[in-house]
Amino acid sequence: MRTREKIIEWLLLLCSAITVLTTFGILFVLLTESIKFFSEVSIIDFLTDTEWTPLFAEKRFGIMPLISGTLLTTFIAILVALPLGLTIAVYLNEYADKRFTEIVKPILEILASVPTVVYGFFALLFVTPMLQNIFPSMSGFNALSAGLVMGVMILPYVSSLSEDALRAVPQSLREAAYGMGSTKFQTAFRVMIPAASSGIIVSIILAISRAIGETMIVAIAAGQEPKLTMNPLQSVETITTYIVQVSMGDVPQDSLEYRTIFAAGITLFIFTFTLNNISVWVRKKYQQKYE
Amino acid sequence: MNSSRINRIIDQLFKVFAIVCTFIGISVLGVLLFDVFSRGLERLSWDFLTNLPSRFPEKSGIYTALYGMVWLLVLTILISFPIGIGAGIYLEEYGKKNRLARFIEVNIANLAGVPSVIYGILGLQVFNRMMQLGNSLLTGALTLALLILPVIIVSTREAIKAVPKSLREGSLALGATKWQTIRRVVLPSSMGGIITGLILSISRAIGETAPLIVIGALVYVPFVPKGPMDEFTVLPIQIFNWTTRPQQGFVINAAAAIIVLLIFTFFLNGIAVYLRNRWYRKLKG
Repeated sequence: MRTREKIIEWLLLLCSAITVLTTFGILFVLLTESIKFFSEVSIIDFLTDTEWTPLFAEKRFGIMPLISGTLLTTFIAILVALPLGLTIAVYLNEYADKRFTEIVKPILEILASVPTVVYGFFALLFVTPMLQNIFPSMSGFNALSAGLVMGVMILPYVSSLSEDALRAVPQSLREAAYGMGSTKFQTAFRVMIPAASSGIIVSIILAISRAIGETMIVAIAAGQEPKLTMNPLQSVETITTYIVQVSMGDVPQDSLEYRTIFAAGITLFIFTFTLNNISVWVRKKYQQKYE
Repeated sequence: MNSSRINRIIDQLFKVFAIVCTFIGISVLGVLLFDVFSRGLERLSWDFLTNLPSRFPEKSGIYTALYGMVWLLVLTILISFPIGIGAGIYLEEYGKKNRLARFIEVNIANLAGVPSVIYGILGLQVFNRMMQLGNSLLTGALTLALLILPVIIVSTREAIKAVPKSLREGSLALGATKWQTIRRVVLPSSMGGIITGLILSISRAIGETAPLIVIGALVYVPFVPKGPMDEFTVLPIQIFNWTTRPQQGFVINAAAAIIVLLIFTFFLNGIAVYLRNRWYRKLKG
């Protein structure tokens, strides 16, 4: 009986250990191949060169155009998701009656469950033609459509998580604000949002991290031209798109071209890993404020 | 006009603005669905579901993609469910206090934030190349299994956490061992929550595209896979391919395939929401 119990415990521990193995696997794969990559390409060129043309005859390995493409689409997405998401969260929490919230919240969460390839289709074939009526000079693949649609995709992350944070603020704070004659607007923006700020910041960081790692929307709608530009009407290439692009082509294995996806991958990983850990840190530091 | 009137006007203006924002979110979903259905509905037919892919859009179907998807999901479920549930049980019931469990916990939180395309790179290098499984269904399933593990583990833990302590104590007081308590008491009463998480993880796996492209899943597969070592394609990859083709006929095909994909996704999410509501009511009632 006792040995059986012990064996079961060990088996269950083994199951959870697989997640640790996964992390080590990711780090191992990214590091070993990147080290091989950086033995051929200087890391200074990688960080400072302004052109990324590993698949051309004349190869240049500057990651900056891919980073700028990633940041541009992410920035546009946040520009959509942050004001919309935060306003919705405040509205649902401070103004709307409970029945309305119960209907609206699940509908918004559907937005997060739509497969991203579907958003890519929508961005390329609906949003881009529509925006081309407004900006005739806009390229068929562009950062703007991809970013806008990505903003809609991450909207539920901001609205749901911010709403959770707002709901966790004690009722007494709200009542105190009302008691002093504040309107709902004043209560929300001068009392509730500051009190829930850590949770709201976490929701924004997670949304940014999600947007940086998003692949299919940008691969379909933003294009495959690594360009160092901040013009949202032009086509750009993100880090994730580049990885997909190389995976679909006929790049010989163990070549320098093949290793570029690991160098790009580790850059992406550093970005999201840093953001996720900042969010964990923020949550931990401010969590127990009201408990 | 005094300041309290101005404040009240601001308050009302914000309310209008917020309602507009909420409806923007909802109407984008509506427009997306309308766009996809109006393009693709005419193309949906029995032939579309049972035809092999072809150079001619009107002859192409999604048979191999559907078949590949079913294979992939079955394998992913077989790999990920036991591991995920096991890990969830361990972290919630056994490893509450020790340092290892806390480390695993931080680690899972980090894994949940790793972009899916990175899992693709992991699968490409470890399963496809080092383990020499090639671009097979098994490589795809192993990669997807790792990808959805954090979802399964977190939801399993939450479901187990919701089981009242008194139930556990009752069972232990009757002389049951820890594992007997978990298997006969804790798991049955948390099943609703666990299944909800499993269904959501499957709905996530169905829509994944990028990691499967990276491990080398093919875009054009003219045959149905017969075993786990066969090459494959899935619905999202088929949609991706058709979306990026210039001919209008393929765009219509992509829209039709999206309708099929969305039916699967929404159906699974619907079941999950229904189960969750029912289970919570039972647990509280």
